[in-house]
Amino acid sequence: MSNKNRALLSDPMDDNNPITVQVLGICSALAITVQLKAAIVMSISVMAVMAASNVIISLLRDLIPNRIRIIVQLVVVAAMVILVDQVLRAYAYDVSKELSIFIGLIITNCIVMGRLEAFALGNGVWRSFLDGIGNAAGYGWILILVAFFRELLGSGKLGGIQVIPDFIYEMGYVDNGLMLLSPMALITVGIIIWIQRSRNRKLIEQA
Amino acid sequence: MNRDSNLYTFLFATIMVFVVATVLAFTSQSLKDLQSENVRKEKMQNILSTVGIIIDRDGAEELFDKYIDGQLAVKNDGSIDTSVDVFNNVKLSLELKKNPKDQDFPLYVANIESEKFYIIPVRGNGLWNAIYGYISLKEDLNTIKGVVFDHVGETAGLGAEITQDWFVERFVDEKLFDSDNNLMGIKVSKTNNDPNNSDKNDHEVDAISGATITGDGVSDMIKERLEHYIPYFNTLRSNSIALN
Repeated sequence: MSNKNRALLSDPMDDNNPITVQVLGICSALAITVQLKAAIVMSISVMAVMAASNVIISLLRDLIPNRIRIIVQLVVVAAMVILVDQVLRAYAYDVSKELSIFIGLIITNCIVMGRLEAFALGNGVWRSFLDGIGNAAGYGWILILVAFFRELLGSGKLGGIQVIPDFIYEMGYVDNGLMLLSPMALITVGIIIWIQRSRNRKLIEQA
Repeated sequence: MNRDSNLYTFLFATIMVFVVATVLAFTSQSLKDLQSENVRKEKMQNILSTVGIIIDRDGAEELFDKYIDGQLAVKNDGSIDTSVDVFNNVKLSLELKKNPKDQDFPLYVANIESEKFYIIPVRGNGLWNAIYGYISLKEDLNTIKGVVFDHVGETAGLGAEITQDWFVERFVDEKLFDSDNNLMGIKVSKTNNDPNNSDKNDHEVDAISGATITGDGVSDMIKERLEHYIPYFNTLRSNSIALN
């Protein structure tokens, strides 16, 4: 893998992270980071949809009429999402119940359309595939990190299993219910952005 | 052909829509049987779980046939409609839209080791979408044996928690009627002064923080759906008094 291709995977993890730098996909980052498990499953589904739709759009990039390209992108993403949903409902019913509305939410994820428009329309199939995987991973790790803190501080659990021992509760510790509400996801993302910018100086805009 | 011409744009859009529609329709049709089978078995699983029988989806059908020995369609006036296949053809979501005199409400009677339970499907509105579930009553038609709730799209971690064991367990042994057989329902209450739920006669359970609307939806659907069965329950009660 050439350096350029490797950058497609590594850039979105830090320098060009979809959530903390481009501030895309915030809506789902707020909605489904209450529990670690949902965040992990969402990240995997987004990765599948992004890789597949990036490849399809990249294959069609010389055929798509310029004036309706956004509509074409939307149709491709929506079709992929419905396919995933239908297959899960038939063959993995329990997983599909677990995801319920999150699957539909993938359509509205700005990162998916953003990458189709900004990258897949102008690049080859393999590079588009890598770009999809890279951006979904960049989105995913932030999502999982936020969900980790929200579930830990909000309900004392990780992945649905209690991790804060009972004796701490007996000493008077109380779960912070505020962490379960969306505003705290925004604040958690803000803290992540702060830490990232203090480590990675080139992200700071010059006044 | 010129990629920016009107003709090309129309042609591309037409072909795209045709291809996508074909693919989706084909997938949906070919997976339909598998999907509805999953839904059917899940319904059996849910009904069984209210009477304390926890079974995986594949085993549900066998136990359902074994333990459920009555499937009744109850009318608002308390009579029984014998003309319908209750399990497969009575959908609560559709019944609720009908005229009150045409409505059929399903009632499943379970017989488990000579104990009798009445299982009632409930349906109402949460914050974002429908919430539904099943409630099973003991033979006194008052004490709850168990409940199961599900939802279409409540918020994960808040309203969606109504499906969790710790929430549904609060309903066990609660009473639906007061001592004069007036329907009280079960209120999902924010001001419940009984956090350990030791008082089973208060018609209240503790609410979930951050899920007020979903909780109110649960209270409402229990009370509203139970009302349809009151005439039939009254008949059952007077019959059992007559028998004694």
